[in-house]
Amino acid sequence: MSFLELDRVGKSFGPNTAVEEFSLAVSKGEFVSFLGPSGCGKTTTLQMIAGFLDPSHGAIRLEGKDLVAVPPARRGLGIVFQSYALFPHMTAAENVAFGLEMRKVSRREREERVSSALALVGLAGYEDRHPRRMSGGQQQRVALARALVIRPSVLLLDEPLSNLDARLREDMQIELRQIQRNLGTTTILVTHDQIEAMSLSDRIVVMSKGRIEQIGTPQQVYEQPASAFVAQFLGKTNEFSATVDRVSGQPRLVAGTWSAPAPAGVAGPVTVSVRPERISFGNAGLAGRITSRIFQGNHWLFQCDTECGPAIVIRQNDGQSQPEQGAAVHLVWQASDMSLRAARAAA
Amino acid sequence: MSVTAATDSSDARAGLSLALPALMLFIGVVVIPLVMTVMLSFHDWGQYKGIEPVFILKNWIEIFDDPYYAEMFWRTFRVAVLATLITAVFGVPEAYILNRMQGRWKGLFLLVIIGPLLISVVARTLGWALLFGGNNGLANKLLMTVGLIDSPVRFMFTETGMIIALAHAMMPFMVLAVWTALQRLDPQVENAALSLGAGSLTVVRRIVLPQIMPGVLSGAIIVFSLSASAFATPAIIGGRRLKVAATLAYDEFLNTLNWPLGAAVAVLLLIALVLIVVGSNALIERRYQEMFR
Repeated sequence: MSFLELDRVGKSFGPNTAVEEFSLAVSKGEFVSFLGPSGCGKTTTLQMIAGFLDPSHGAIRLEGKDLVAVPPARRGLGIVFQSYALFPHMTAAENVAFGLEMRKVSRREREERVSSALALVGLAGYEDRHPRRMSGGQQQRVALARALVIRPSVLLLDEPLSNLDARLREDMQIELRQIQRNLGTTTILVTHDQIEAMSLSDRIVVMSKGRIEQIGTPQQVYEQPASAFVAQFLGKTNEFSATVDRVSGQPRLVAGTWSAPAPAGVAGPVTVSVRPERISFGNAGLAGRITSRIFQGNHWLFQCDTECGPAIVIRQNDGQSQPEQGAAVHLVWQASDMSLRAARAAA
Repeated sequence: MSVTAATDSSDARAGLSLALPALMLFIGVVVIPLVMTVMLSFHDWGQYKGIEPVFILKNWIEIFDDPYYAEMFWRTFRVAVLATLITAVFGVPEAYILNRMQGRWKGLFLLVIIGPLLISVVARTLGWALLFGGNNGLANKLLMTVGLIDSPVRFMFTETGMIIALAHAMMPFMVLAVWTALQRLDPQVENAALSLGAGSLTVVRRIVLPQIMPGVLSGAIIVFSLSASAFATPAIIGGRRLKVAATLAYDEFLNTLNWPLGAAVAVLLLIALVLIVVGSNALIERRYQEMFR
């Protein structure tokens, strides 16, 4: 049986549906991310797990027991808020100790656990600081220590890193992952940052407009996106339409003058999706012309005009000479690098 | 008007000339009358000779020697403190509830709370006078029907009545001050405390109250200083016999016509209020320095 289970959970605010038929089974120790643009219902779902919102329908179970009827104060979940929501009138140690005080943990044990929690997040020695006198990253750590010190059954993270600058965010990602691995705490992260979701999670739930678009490992959602939304939301991608034709008995994908052997089981109009870093320049393939090339340090970014529309290509800066702007090129990729979806009739 | 900050002297001159009209107005209508009042308090006065522009300490000695004046000032202080306490006890929950209301209701009740400010304080106090009115007043009838009291309580011409009417008149200032503090609160903080296992009462006591305390205290300073210098409410509810500092000064000026003594009372009230307000402000700032750096 799964540890945390959401069974067709939905939430509507009046006529507006925020979350629809959300079903997910999280196993113990797993790190799951809810990924999507703002307004996709990811935070609403998290708030329902936390108990700050009641689901309109559906069930949430923790270790087989219904969670919806339990008030948030008794759920025993650790939550890190986007704003950190630290208690500004308490010191870092008092903030962390609050949850233990509420649990009537003895003073001695409390002190021990507070100092080890602060040490865990690298804030030993900051016990007597007030939050307003700490940097964003330090406040973030206090919030994490405060959520972890109560040994929560599930750790809920609501965009915890979005207020940090890029450098610090990367450091915190690595640290967060390490702490989570070491403690083995089941964790749910809400984020709109696809890189954050991919680098931290065991599984990603991609959401859009209140619906689940895809659930899978980071590799799965990146390399086999289930929908155009997933393909476009997770990193850059090139998409063009093609049809499956039988040319001399062999099924082939055809788009203009370009064609490639069609994989088995594909028919009719399809959308071809290829990641820009999987494309290289060759002698034969999709013909095009480079309209611009941008140097980005460790890689080059090319924009090309092809007969199937504009395309972007990313090449590692590996010391090889790269084609100039205006050069005629052919875009080549492996059959395994493209993912195909049946084209929607309306599209 | 931070002239010192300007490095360029022409900038400073421009700033000064822009501030000049306001400065002149301030000097003309605040500083000069104030200085004249202070000077007046050192002048002599006699029943038949009127005001004599000499420098004597007669009025000040009288105020500090005669226990009659001490009684007035203590009453002023007592009434203001109790009115402040009442506004805090009722105003804080009022503001908290108001803050938790949704959209339209919030607007409506905010109007209900601020509404009385649109009515003259004299009219409001006369309303209280009608409610209190002797032994058969509405307030007494209601309290006796509910069973809170056995015999009628005297409200008119008593400190009790004065405090109740003042607390009501000052309530909007407390509610607004606390409400402002509540709006600065991170709405997630209460959720954070809930998620850590705190009951809703604990959340209010341990998390919300300490954070809005500066708002409550600044509301208290406003209410206290307005109550201590209030004139209309003590004059109507207290009558001509139960005086506070403000009504005392008024009577000296307009009934006894002893302007110098009235001026001394007014100046003493001003000094006491400034000392109390500045002192408590400094205390509050020191106390909450850590939190609001």
